Amino acid sequence: MDIAQLQAYGYFVLITLLVLVLYGYIYHLYSKRKDADGVDYESYSNMALKDDIEDALVSAIPDENVPLEGTKKK
Amino acid sequence: MVNRPLEYDYTVAKMFMLTTVVLGIVGMLIGVILAFELAFPGINLILGDKLAEYTNFSRLRPLHTDAVIFGFTLSGVFATWYYVGQRVLKVSMAESKLLMSVGKLHFWLYIVVVAAAVFSLFAGVTTSKEYAEFEWPIDIGVVVVWVLFGVSMFGLIGIRREKSLYISVWYYIATFLGIAMLYLFNNMEIPTMLATSPAGETGIGSWYHSVSMYSGTNDALVQWWYGHNAVAFGFTVPIVAMIYYFLPKESGQAIYSYKLSLLSFWGLMFVYLWAGGHHLLYSTVPDWMQTMASVFSVILILPSWGSAINMLLTMKGQWQQVAASPLIKFMVLASTFYMFSTLEGPIQAIKSVNAIAHFTDWIVGHVHDGVLGWVGFMIMSALFHMAPRVFKRELYSKSLMATQFWIQTLGVILYFTSMWISGITQGMMWRAHDEFGNLAYSFIDTVTVLHPYYVIRGVGGLLYLIGFLMFAYNIYKTMSSRPVEERELQNATPMGA
Repeated sequence: MDIAQLQAYGYFVLITLLVLVLYGYIYHLYSKRKDADGVDYESYSNMALKDDIEDALVSAIPDENVPLEGTKKK
Repeated sequence: MVNRPLEYDYTVAKMFMLTTVVLGIVGMLIGVILAFELAFPGINLILGDKLAEYTNFSRLRPLHTDAVIFGFTLSGVFATWYYVGQRVLKVSMAESKLLMSVGKLHFWLYIVVVAAAVFSLFAGVTTSKEYAEFEWPIDIGVVVVWVLFGVSMFGLIGIRREKSLYISVWYYIATFLGIAMLYLFNNMEIPTMLATSPAGETGIGSWYHSVSMYSGTNDALVQWWYGHNAVAFGFTVPIVAMIYYFLPKESGQAIYSYKLSLLSFWGLMFVYLWAGGHHLLYSTVPDWMQTMASVFSVILILPSWGSAINMLLTMKGQWQQVAASPLIKFMVLASTFYMFSTLEGPIQAIKSVNAIAHFTDWIVGHVHDGVLGWVGFMIMSALFHMAPRVFKRELYSKSLMATQFWIQTLGVILYFTSMWISGITQGMMWRAHDEFGNLAYSFIDTVTVLHPYYVIRGVGGLLYLIGFLMFAYNIYKTMSSRPVEERELQNATPMGA
């Protein structure tokens, strides 16, 4: 098998893999409907609709991850 | 010191709004001049023989394309990022002195690079690669500006309060990464002073000249991988970012399907980068690569329409807003033009259609219904939405905006319909031959036939420019109108008469 043939098979495998990953992602989105934190994907729209600085967060970064001024992030 | 409540800081956004308007006027004005030069060649010499070097079509053409791509559009992308980014991440630029300084440096260095680019292109210094005309010293400046944009973006993401990234932020990140990769690889070049010719000469040409690191077909392939994806990551991805924020925000409607927005995003990322080869159909590029580019171009309809339909369905049950608000009209038409150009593009990429369309005015028409109808309308909508909020003023005139909408829509329609007719006429005439294979027409025959369409195109472009000047005036007057209470600004833009 010459290099061009190997390239062609490699390309086909890559494309198939990427298609499977994309369709897997679509299946995941529509079957789970929620992200890892249990937030419904559809409520993400509120990030734009309620975007004043005092508005409620859709999902907040836990406090311990937010560095205080003058301290280092753990 | 008074302890004031935290507010979003739009200093950098305002700076980039200014360059969006100014560079938009420059790019579109040059475009109109070029259109009339094609219709009436005498205009090439409008300032006399001595200045013909600076007024002829070939000198001005890269100024038009680069001013619209890297001036108007990129300024619009930066301006909206510095506005949308803070809001959806719920963090203010005022919270970080470092990010504020990086943002301002980003702007001022951008101005320096734009000035250098305009000066060098007017002087005729160019690498002669389409949309990548800047010589190596300017390329280095572009890279620095881009890195600062990245630092700004990821810096803001790094200090955010909202854990998840809104879909627009994904698109802005893709813009940053996509352009970074494309620009670097297509502009790989060697300054001629470092090169040695086959005859052994060294130190050839001026210090600022360079030659591409690729040659022949490879150069063409890399160039059009870049050229087409400049459309992808400059004219599509960041503009989708804008519409996903500004249409829901202005209409007060949640995105029709957030999940559809996510999978359209990955679909677009997956497909777009493979389609560039359709610029090189019937060339020396390997045949399988041409076919692949055609196939991927057609598949590209799916993710593009996924986003566009998602936007139109966001307006479900709220279509009265389209009639009532000229700002919603702009965005709905932008989305419609997006659907339209992402159907037209794949059709042109089909090999048999391309045999007629290639090198003709139809391609020019396609680019312009995308850029005038989709990119231009969406960036202007974004600025219309932002202006009352960043200047804390009511928008100066709703009726001026409505008039502008109809003038520009007419302009775009005149532009692309005339280019359709002239392009297809051109393609058919070039191919026509008698039973012995002799060409039926000479080049000048096509020029004569196409003249009326070139005039119509010029008029269409002029109408669009007039509309853009109305937009600039509206924004300028907004800056000096009466201040409004911030609570009036929740969703729809407050509009004056």
